[in-house]
Amino acid sequence: MTKEQFDLTEEEKEKIRSFLDHAATVFSKNQSNLIPALQAAQNKIGYLPTVVMEGIAELLGIPSVDVYSVVTFYNQFRLNPPGRHSIRVCMGTACHVGGGQIILDAWRRRLNIDKRQTTPDREFDLDTVACVGCCSMAPVTIINNEVHGKISPTRVDGILLQYQIAKEKEENR
Amino acid sequence: MSPDIASTFEQIRERAHSQWEQLFKGDKPVITVGTATCGRAAGALDVLNTIRKQLEAEHLDIPVIEVGCMGHCYAEPLVAIFKPGGGYPPLLYGYVTPEIAELLVRDYILGEDPCLEFLLGALEPNEIVPSIYDLPRFAYEKPILLENCGRIDPTKIDHYIAHNGYSGLAKALQTNPESIIGEIEKSGLRGRGGAGFPTGKKWQLCRNAEAKPKYIVCNADEGDPGAFMDRSILESDPHSVIEGLIIAGYAVGAGSGYIYVRAEYPLANERAKAALDQARDLNLIGNNILGSDFSFDLQIFQGSGAFVCGEETALIASIEGKPGLPSYRPPFPANEGLFGKPTTINNVKTLASVPRIIERGAEWYSGIGTEKTKGTAVFALAGKIVNTGLTEVPMGTSLRDVIFSIGSGIPGGKKFKAVQIGGPSGGCLPESELDRPIDFDSLREAGSMMGSGGMVVLDEDDCMVDMARYFLEFTQGESCGKCTPCRLGTRQMLEILNSITKGEAGIEVLDTLKNLAMDIKESALCNLGKTAPNPVLTTLRYFRDEYEAHINEKRCPARSCYNLMAYYIVPAKCQKSCDACVGTCTVEAIYQGKTGAKVIDQSKCVKCNTCMEACPPEYNAITKISPLSELPEALPPLEVKKNED
Repeated sequence: MTKEQFDLTEEEKEKIRSFLDHAATVFSKNQSNLIPALQAAQNKIGYLPTVVMEGIAELLGIPSVDVYSVVTFYNQFRLNPPGRHSIRVCMGTACHVGGGQIILDAWRRRLNIDKRQTTPDREFDLDTVACVGCCSMAPVTIINNEVHGKISPTRVDGILLQYQIAKEKEENR
Repeated sequence: MSPDIASTFEQIRERAHSQWEQLFKGDKPVITVGTATCGRAAGALDVLNTIRKQLEAEHLDIPVIEVGCMGHCYAEPLVAIFKPGGGYPPLLYGYVTPEIAELLVRDYILGEDPCLEFLLGALEPNEIVPSIYDLPRFAYEKPILLENCGRIDPTKIDHYIAHNGYSGLAKALQTNPESIIGEIEKSGLRGRGGAGFPTGKKWQLCRNAEAKPKYIVCNADEGDPGAFMDRSILESDPHSVIEGLIIAGYAVGAGSGYIYVRAEYPLANERAKAALDQARDLNLIGNNILGSDFSFDLQIFQGSGAFVCGEETALIASIEGKPGLPSYRPPFPANEGLFGKPTTINNVKTLASVPRIIERGAEWYSGIGTEKTKGTAVFALAGKIVNTGLTEVPMGTSLRDVIFSIGSGIPGGKKFKAVQIGGPSGGCLPESELDRPIDFDSLREAGSMMGSGGMVVLDEDDCMVDMARYFLEFTQGESCGKCTPCRLGTRQMLEILNSITKGEAGIEVLDTLKNLAMDIKESALCNLGKTAPNPVLTTLRYFRDEYEAHINEKRCPARSCYNLMAYYIVPAKCQKSCDACVGTCTVEAIYQGKTGAKVIDQSKCVKCNTCMEACPPEYNAITKISPLSELPEALPPLEVKKNED
């Protein structure tokens, strides 16, 4: 794993540098620090580029293949950059019964991407979660860590329109 | 040293008590807003901000307190107003919007009108207004684990202490570990993670182990889709879990512990972290707790989204920084667990029961529940049920009471079909099993499982084959891949189920499916694999006719399987001048037919159900049809004459 799948932006490179410097002071050479370190990295950078995984491996004194195996085992870790807005469609039991698949289809159709993908303009990324425990509000979509309950395909259109209007306002400013 | 502990704790308790009294027994009104995850999803934060802003604008210094989840998730956001001298008991309002919140402040806080039209019920039995205890569900419920939830501020340790919090710990520290284990054993407490192993026995095994140090872990990796009890307890009453952990640590002789929380629960993480800091400040965690010679430290470990980590050996691997693969038992974690040392792993609800048992005595606890399963069961009610939310009932309550008396049955006058208990490891039980009293053993007998307590109610619109397929898809995706029966067996089962829901399978697959399921159940390494076939086995047992309809008639009885159903507009019912469906269709698949009635272009339709919701109920013209062979031929489009001018 030497080549990055995505080109790193200057901002990302800076974040990576500062994360790795900081991590060296916080995490001791111990495999039990691996998951907390990866979580900290993803919180800061947004995803786990190859250089970060290699940096963490070196820091903790473990083979980089062990880092890769942990990253790919857990659902939380992502290997591609997040969009500006993250969209997580809940696929828990209650949401499934309430039409979760229909909601996922609606997002896929509108954003024109599949789950675990990012739109080419890096504006949105789409993924599913197993259950966020808001079953009483099913079907649920989590946008930027905010839970939206009782979603319908028309709400999907409405939410996207809101973001589009906000973006246009921002650009006109 | 005993009097020391007692007097140290008494000081802490008195201070907490006076703080609580000052807040709630003073002459000032108090407003509480439920802001657990479910409340937030319903807009509780907007309500909270509206109230705060308005109080500020009126220059009123009235405390607004964020509390947890009361279990009435269906009526979120919930606001309670305590107004001493107002002539009313504390009042609880449901379905509060920012606009209603404004009214409440204006009319009740500033004025004298308690706005009874928005009332859910009074929080205390009284002579003036109906209280929430008059609701039918309270005849069945028995809140023990949830008793503080939604009543105290989870970010304030004093609130917990004022409600007898940490007095179980103070009591425990004045006796020896053996008698605590004895007390827990006597109480009959069984592990609430799903398997129901006696907790006292588990602790004794770990205490007997010779190696040191020992660890204690709280399993809050609530991964079952459809379950949110553990989240709610951690968000609404985190100290009860922490107190349980400290007592457990003292009993088994552990010096440190972990709370393993799911990453998908950011608020629970945050609240647990804050609670740990507060407990540390009061020396309830740390060196020489309350002046005793017991020292104990706790930290939070954030899981990273793997269902299999709810399995204890996988959870241990995960804390050690490895992929969460389960391992063979024995050795059991009680002898060789975390970092190879003796480890006790308990579920959130098990640990939250512990302080109450120590404080009130084993006999009190063993007086609740059935002969073999003591205490209460917490269920998360979701799916097709009127009162979604949390409920806590004594073991032995029947499923019917939980669903129809507490949950108020199925919305929209639909017919009950099945209840799914225990998440992907559990099973679907039909109407005929509803009078079964709930406990670990009776549910297992019926082919289901207590699991951690998710209860999803299904109605006539839900396809049981698709339910089984859905759960298997979940477990298949979460299978860690270590053992062959689970890795390959569940995949094979899933492929069969997929072909059934598409109407492509022959009747012989049902035998294959059953054989595979039995083999996996017997040979998989861990409980994820062993229980994965349960949803399939129970639906085959109770709903075989639905499987047969899919296969023989290519018909989905619930008309929900994507490939076997279609939406159809009944021309005779369509009100021709209405355009509701055309306007809402997300893919522009609806056109006006030759007679003026609307028609769905099946080649474009994505079956998103939007038109069905949009069609005004007085026309009710849209229906679902299965099998597809019964779909009438579509009308050609209406020819519109062009204006010639």
